Amino acid sequence: MEEDLFIKGHNACAGCGCSLCMRWILNTLGKDTVVVNATGCMEVVSTQYPASSWGVPYVHSVFANAAAVASGISRAFKKQGNKATVAAIGGDGSTYDIGFAALSGAMERNENMLYVCYDNETYANTGVQRSGATPFASETTTSPFETGGKHEWKKDIAFIAAAHGIPYVATASVAFLPDLEKKLLKAKAMKGFRFIVVHAPCTLGWRVPSEKMIEVSRMAVNSGLWNLFEIENGRFSLSARPNLEPVDNYLRLQGRFKHITHEQIRFIQEHARATRAELEKLEASGVNVGRIL
Amino acid sequence: MKRMMEGSIAVAHVVARCRPTVIAAYPITPSTHVPEELSRIQPEYGYEFITVESEHSAMSACIGASVAGARTFTATSSQGLLYMHEVLFNASGMRLPIVMVVANRSVGAPLNIWNDWQDSISQRDAGWIQLYCKNNQETLDTVIQAYKIAEKTDIPVMVCFEGYYLTHEVSEVDLPEQKDVDAFLPAFRPKLALDTNKPMSFGTFAPPKYYQGMREKQHRDIIASAKVIESVAAEFSKRFKRPQRALLESYKLEGAETVFVTMGSLAETTEVAVDELRTEKKKAGLLRVKCLRPFPSEAVAKALARAKRVVVLEKDVSAGAGGVLAMDVRASLRCDKPVVSVVCGLGGKDVPVREIKKTFDLKKDSWL
Ligand SMILES: Cc1ncc(C[n+]2csc(CCOP(=O)(O)OP(=O)(O)O)c2C)c(N)n1
Repeated sequence: MEEDLFIKGHNACAGCGCSLCMRWILNTLGKDTVVVNATGCMEVVSTQYPASSWGVPYVHSVFANAAAVASGISRAFKKQGNKATVAAIGGDGSTYDIGFAALSGAMERNENMLYVCYDNETYANTGVQRSGATPFASETTTSPFETGGKHEWKKDIAFIAAAHGIPYVATASVAFLPDLEKKLLKAKAMKGFRFIVVHAPCTLGWRVPSEKMIEVSRMAVNSGLWNLFEIENGRFSLSARPNLEPVDNYLRLQGRFKHITHEQIRFIQEHARATRAELEKLEASGVNVGRIL
Repeated sequence: MKRMMEGSIAVAHVVARCRPTVIAAYPITPSTHVPEELSRIQPEYGYEFITVESEHSAMSACIGASVAGARTFTATSSQGLLYMHEVLFNASGMRLPIVMVVANRSVGAPLNIWNDWQDSISQRDAGWIQLYCKNNQETLDTVIQAYKIAEKTDIPVMVCFEGYYLTHEVSEVDLPEQKDVDAFLPAFRPKLALDTNKPMSFGTFAPPKYYQGMREKQHRDIIASAKVIESVAAEFSKRFKRPQRALLESYKLEGAETVFVTMGSLAETTEVAVDELRTEKKKAGLLRVKCLRPFPSEAVAKALARAKRVVVLEKDVSAGAGGVLAMDVRASLRCDKPVVSVVCGLGGKDVPVREIKKTFDLKKDSWL
């Protein structure tokens, strides 16, 4: 990689996991890529007129419509014989929540695009509010510690995506860049709807020091709270099988869990263990996740 | 060739003959026959048809296709148009020449599927050119012109025709031949588009230093588009040998003391009222506004200069303020000529000729 296609000089915070994710996406997919970006931090930090950090053609429309705009581009490209990769990029807010109908519709139609969600587990751009991806017990500005943090579990977006029967679904993490790169390249070579969700810390929202961004992100994977896997044509496979570390270490590193109770930790620990066991069982079963019904 | 056709079906065939590359649509009464017919005839024309999951996505897909340099189309009504609201501003702000047909319908609550203009009137500030058609022939001709206007000005165009009164009306229309449409409407050549050899960023974020200037330019360009709308109408009239109304249409304004102002097919009903009033020796006339945005203020003021009284008949209301067209007319006149606002026909309420006639010497704003 000589020159970054996600050009330096943008306004992301020091240690922003999401901008690292952008850089990796662009450098991996290369110049023959067109990006559709939903409203959110990545758009706001990178496109302040008259500057832009995007070294590839880029379009931002609104918060909820990245998958729909990308559908239009993809169909136009099909008629025009344009072979560029159409990559839609959205945060967890636009992916799990407000843009979910557009995303689900595009998946159901199996539109030819790669959709990457950078999941920082919060609406970062508007000041760290709760999203459908915010983990259980996490504090945000709309799930404050006074009310016990978030009461609900995080949506299982990868399996929800897989249930659409699309050809490729993967999870990834900015702490495991070679794995992310491999998945992006595999997705790029495929046709139809491909979905990758990348765990990417927001140091401000998670309240971790900038220099601990990669560490905290690695700990999410190693504690089993973010599992790396692929679902290729419905077949599930784990991409990493770490010996699970106590979730405590991961949670204690972050200000957003400062108020957490022992009981909540026990609950999360049990969940991490059970999830891993379920995923291993699923892998061994060979069940086609996209065609359960 | 002239033939009997349902309005929506004829519109679909004309849209197809404009050779769009991508169509995205979502069903809603009474616009539905347009996308249904477009999907039925798709194999003949080969455009991409995206059966999106909402109107928000329909307009968004048009935005995507248009940024990619493709000619696009969608159609909707009522709740569907309201559902698009956010993206309408986006399409116009990005200066994308999207053409949309709106089959005008009321908005809920209460739920009602019949015609009025509330849906598109509520979108008048969205930065789109808005053309209101009075019959199906005019709708067909306007759709073809809409592409030319949009692509010359980089302003999206909304072609409005009335739910049921026009969408479902079977009437004799002259469906323009493919070769004539091709000769009139060249292939879309975007000035800018997504191009991996020349990466550019579209729809980016503009700080205060730049934002207002961009909005001001958009506003001025929409005002200036009136000239383009006129020249495209003139060119169309010549090529297709059918006279076109670009911005306004006057009917028996000569010597008129009371001038009715209205839009859409209500103008055809009002013409009958004017004829009857004239035979009763009452000096009535009619001014039809075809182009609501840009609003042709000067032309309206000129057309109404001799009138003693103006009665604005409209099927919409800005709740808490009054009829929207009446407000625009009053603002154009800049004098104390009486302008009476009559809100009528909401949610399909019948507007009979005899009731229109009664408003001839109405003194104050009322509902019919
Ligand atoms: C329709 C609409 N509602 C709300 C907003 C305000 N808004 C802008 S970005 C954003 C949150 C984005 O969250 P996410 O997708 O997780 O991306 P991040 O900011 O974390 O990068 C919100 C709520 C908006 N732009 N549009």
